[in-house]
Amino acid sequence: MRAIQGIYVIWLRDIIRFFREKPRIIGMIGQPLLYLTIMGTGLASTLRPVQLPAGFDYIDFMYPGIICMSVLFTSVFSAVSIVWDREFGFLKEVLVAPVPRWSVALGKALGGSTISMIQATILLVIAPFIGLKLTFLALIKLWLILFLISFALTSFGIIIASRMETMQGFQVIMNFIIMPMFFLSGAIFPLKGVPGWMEILMRLDPLTYGVDAIRNIFFAGTPAYESMVTFSLTQDLTVIGVMGVVFIILATWSFNYAK
Amino acid sequence: MKVIEVNNLVKKYNDFTAVNNINFSVDEGEVFGFLGPNGAGKSTTIKILSTLLTLTSGKAYLNGYDVQKEPNKVRSSIGLVFQETTLDERLTAKENLVFHAMLYGIPKKIYQKRLQQVLEIVELTDRVDTLVKTFSGGMKRRLEIARGLLHYPKVIFLDEPTVGLDLQTRSRIWEYIHQLRKTEGVTIFLTTHYMDEAENCNRIAIIDNGKIVALNTPEKLKERVSGDIVTMASADNNRLYKRLINEFGLEAEMIKDGVQVETAKGETFIPQLISKLPNEITYISLRKPTLNDVFLKLTGREIREELLDGKEIMRARLGRRSRFK
Repeated sequence: MRAIQGIYVIWLRDIIRFFREKPRIIGMIGQPLLYLTIMGTGLASTLRPVQLPAGFDYIDFMYPGIICMSVLFTSVFSAVSIVWDREFGFLKEVLVAPVPRWSVALGKALGGSTISMIQATILLVIAPFIGLKLTFLALIKLWLILFLISFALTSFGIIIASRMETMQGFQVIMNFIIMPMFFLSGAIFPLKGVPGWMEILMRLDPLTYGVDAIRNIFFAGTPAYESMVTFSLTQDLTVIGVMGVVFIILATWSFNYAK
Repeated sequence: MKVIEVNNLVKKYNDFTAVNNINFSVDEGEVFGFLGPNGAGKSTTIKILSTLLTLTSGKAYLNGYDVQKEPNKVRSSIGLVFQETTLDERLTAKENLVFHAMLYGIPKKIYQKRLQQVLEIVELTDRVDTLVKTFSGGMKRRLEIARGLLHYPKVIFLDEPTVGLDLQTRSRIWEYIHQLRKTEGVTIFLTTHYMDEAENCNRIAIIDNGKIVALNTPEKLKERVSGDIVTMASADNNRLYKRLINEFGLEAEMIKDGVQVETAKGETFIPQLISKLPNEITYISLRKPTLNDVFLKLTGREIREELLDGKEIMRARLGRRSRFK
């Protein structure tokens, strides 16, 4: 019972704070739109992927990747706010409260996931505008997948945050972990046709399966399916599911021993 | 009933001993103070008692619960006000209190009532819906005290509760603390390096280099200093110092800009001294002993940060770094 209260309080606090930070909301919607319009349009006009059937272009390919990108950034950033809480002292209030530590970690993971889901939902609204059909059933499937991805990624962020003393290390994490995860996820270029060493790295990147899962839903039954999707949905979901379980266990464990 | 019991408590950081085999107990309803310079082991002890740090050896019980084995029960029994703020500044005062109440499992019906009570005690009722980041330092501290009381703890820990606050706010906070003790019967455990604050306590433990060097009521501790303190100066303080020792057999002590002696009856001592040392003394003053004198007597040092030597600075820093566990 105490544990559920703990999860709820940590979650609720994240949500309240999120809706109070207007610049953050604008930033997290604006950034993916910028990627999509500027980078997407620019790359689409120079690269023109030959294997895409008529009616599909590079933006269609990139769009699921951009959704994943924003989920990645938002999830990790939400989790890393633990480091702020440590610097500003609030973490101590939580650590001396009579709630188990794992409930704090779980509350944080759910809070980050909820915020990522809100952002992803806003991005899904533009799907029809770039020519992708979105049925109600597909939307439900996407939500479930996005929840799994963001939950796993927030947990991943908590593992990092438990080991970070100050916010100064965040830039390093961003440059050497988060950005490579995004670049290698197949969000902006496909896994097919890259050099062997890179394909290995891309297959090791857990986010690859998240991007692929979303493409699986968007392009199911379309002529572009073969060229857009690499793995089967079952494969993708297995990897994301395992990743979620492993990361949340590691996150609660490392949060327990966090300083 | 003993609400806190500490037996042979030791805390080591690698091969550095921050708390060195201390023993004490605190009665229910008592105001108990830990007095000592920065890095003496005050905060480390509080962190162990509040389950934020693990101990190296020894035993500590709070409200009858073992701090190592039953941390959650200990956490329910205590309220904490730290040196630095632990409020969420981007939430309102009310949200901070409500979240606290929820974390401590207080039902809504009960916490709504208590919220009003504690806010009245600290006089923040009209600021309840304001974001905490707009609060002054004193208001934040008051809100934190209110929050620490919300779950009716058996013991409230105040780690340097008034550090960095102006005199007026300090005395207000002390009014609250005394009021609380009267109305709620809560035991208060505080650390301070302000002498005048320590005198508000029922009992004081003086701690230095990780050891308790004295533990008693402020009055009894002051009796350790045998009487009044006479401070004097002359053109040559060294000569005055030697004369006081050789000619008068007094236990004189060199201090900054002068010489200090303790004497049973200062009022009669001064005229005698001056008549026997004509043209020697250029300045003389008499005062009653403070806890600072006790500390000086017990440790040979004054409680001042600038007097910390290298080892103590390291101790202070270690204490700071291990703030979170």
